[in-house]
Amino acid sequence: MERSTLDLWVGLFVCAGIGALLILALKVGNMSGFNTAATYQIYASFDNIGGLKPRAPVKSAGVVVGRVGDITFDNNKFMAKVVLTIDKQYQFPKDTTASVLTSGLLGEQYIGLVAGGDSANLAQGDTLKLTQSAVVLENLISQFLYSKAAEGDTKK
Amino acid sequence: MAADNLIEIKDVDYWYDKRRAILIGIDMVIPRGKVVAIMGISGSGKTTLLRLIGGVMKARKGEVRVDGQLVNELDTAGIYKLRSRMGMLFQFGALFTDMTVFDNVAFQMREHTNLPERMIRDLVYLKLNAVGLRGAHRLMPSELSGGMARRVALARAIALDPMLMLYDEPFTGLDPISLGVIRNLIRRLNDALGATSIVVTHDVQEALELVDYVYYMSDGKVVAHGTPQEMLANDEPLVHQFVYGEADGPVPFQYPSKNYSEDLRLGAHHV
Amino acid sequence: MSERAALSVRRIGRFTTDGVLRLGYAARFIALTLLHSGTSFRRFGLIIRELYFTGVLSLIIILVSGLFVGMVLGLQGYETLQTYGSESALGVLVALSLVRELGPVVAALLFASRAGSAMTAEIGLMKATEQLSAMEMMAVDPIARVVAPRFWAGVISMPLLAAMFSAMGIFGGYLVGVVLIGVDEGSFWSQMQSAVDFRDDILNGVIKSFVFGVAVTWIALLEGYDAPPTAEGVSGATTRTVVTSSLAILGLDFILTSFMFRGV
Repeated sequence: MERSTLDLWVGLFVCAGIGALLILALKVGNMSGFNTAATYQIYASFDNIGGLKPRAPVKSAGVVVGRVGDITFDNNKFMAKVVLTIDKQYQFPKDTTASVLTSGLLGEQYIGLVAGGDSANLAQGDTLKLTQSAVVLENLISQFLYSKAAEGDTKK
Repeated sequence: MAADNLIEIKDVDYWYDKRRAILIGIDMVIPRGKVVAIMGISGSGKTTLLRLIGGVMKARKGEVRVDGQLVNELDTAGIYKLRSRMGMLFQFGALFTDMTVFDNVAFQMREHTNLPERMIRDLVYLKLNAVGLRGAHRLMPSELSGGMARRVALARAIALDPMLMLYDEPFTGLDPISLGVIRNLIRRLNDALGATSIVVTHDVQEALELVDYVYYMSDGKVVAHGTPQEMLANDEPLVHQFVYGEADGPVPFQYPSKNYSEDLRLGAHHV
Repeated sequence: MSERAALSVRRIGRFTTDGVLRLGYAARFIALTLLHSGTSFRRFGLIIRELYFTGVLSLIIILVSGLFVGMVLGLQGYETLQTYGSESALGVLVALSLVRELGPVVAALLFASRAGSAMTAEIGLMKATEQLSAMEMMAVDPIARVVAPRFWAGVISMPLLAAMFSAMGIFGGYLVGVVLIGVDEGSFWSQMQSAVDFRDDILNGVIKSFVFGVAVTWIALLEGYDAPPTAEGVSGATTRTVVTSSLAILGLDFILTSFMFRGV
């Protein structure tokens, strides 16, 4: 086999391979685009984060505006402390509410931000005051049963 | 004179495990410039001896000295340096099947020297011409006959003008014409290169016509040595049987077995 | 009776010690290969030549198999998802199955049977026809000249082949799902893009295929280099390459999956 033909085929092979990798990376997967964009970090404390995991999306009005960073347990307040990494181009007022929501009925959990009315915006390192914890299924069921039982009592 | 001996082997032993010794107390001297044959029946240890000289295996006991250097004591770099001054012709050529004849012969030059391709081309043609196969340089080893393959392997072995040529059974399986060619080449190349050659073979006829000195081995020991004339005149039974190709003698015809009548069950009464 | 028991125990013991010895030999072999890789990189042409034989010549089987696997995933996936009314998630199913598991694993299995066995047979035959001894006698280290280039060629081609397998598979799934069956094209791709994460899924798949590449090539070269120089020896070595590689791939796959995809 001629040396130049060999090189040609091998070159094509390597190109095709790298091309396939690029296709997979760009078209099939989603490169977490916020690796490159400038971000700032804010904190939020929750009674219960449910199934929230790091790198879960942070959405406002359904649009992804950031990612969840570290999740730690605050031993003083006995709450979950979550770091939110928000894209710099989105500014939120200081009285924004953060809730742990579920995508779909049984989907993964994410943080939803509902903007408040404050004129001052959150800066790097600020903490969100208003939070709503995740809906825990067991609590919901016991609530339902309890209310059903209470209803039954009042009916009697 | 010691300085005139290219190879000195003193009291060398070799074994794989202590129970089966391959070589026992070998003493051999190969003078410079000579063609020496090492002969013996299959399994006498001839190929092992070649490997000890080439540094592929290390002697368990004794000294193997090549050009003044103790082969047992050389490190890997030293052994590789020694080997680049040796050429070896393997039994069936052992050409690299994925390269052309030209690339095979050029192999050592490309690996060990920085010569430009033009010079390598000239040298390859030179070597191929010496074995009469310059026109075959484009062929692949699979397209060569046995004799041609062995000649190309010979050209490859002399690529770097070695001081020592080792031939492992060069006459095996060749037709009479190729035999003559190889025999001729071994002698001519030895004298032209000013090299020393060791031919391991059991082809008595070819060897005795070609070489200057003969060592005959049996069961791992050197049983006899001398010039070809001395070997032909040697009347020791072991040597005589080998040299004249007698079917039975000290080396028995029958493989060790039970008594013949026992095997045929004579004397047993079957109805 | 105790004679037989003693014999079995001795056989088990010998089997174990043989296994440990072999493992040590294998480790020494790979260490030597890596140590002597300098020549392969200085004369990159050696690797390129081997890349042709391991990579380029495996392309057809990888691409065709990838296509078919993707198409089957599309078909089977559609049938199952339809019962839950989630046909639009077909893209997710096909992409994740391929990128995480099927791409690296199946491509590695095919690579082992095609390129791995070829390498074993080639080196085994070189050993049987004394080509390796000839090389040694010419003061050229066969591990540096013959083994190391093939090792690096295998390691480089494996991730590329796995990526091509996955890409073809996704295309096959698209062909069957969107073009043939009629799943919505937009949701096929958009759901796929939101579900497949670059770091968690694609990168992990690439790491897997890299590990498989190392394992398969190592086994193939070891068996070839160690094969008895006879016809049965080489054929036995080739078979052992395919069997051992396949087991190694599946075993490594489990180990890698268990700590890659644990929390996701």
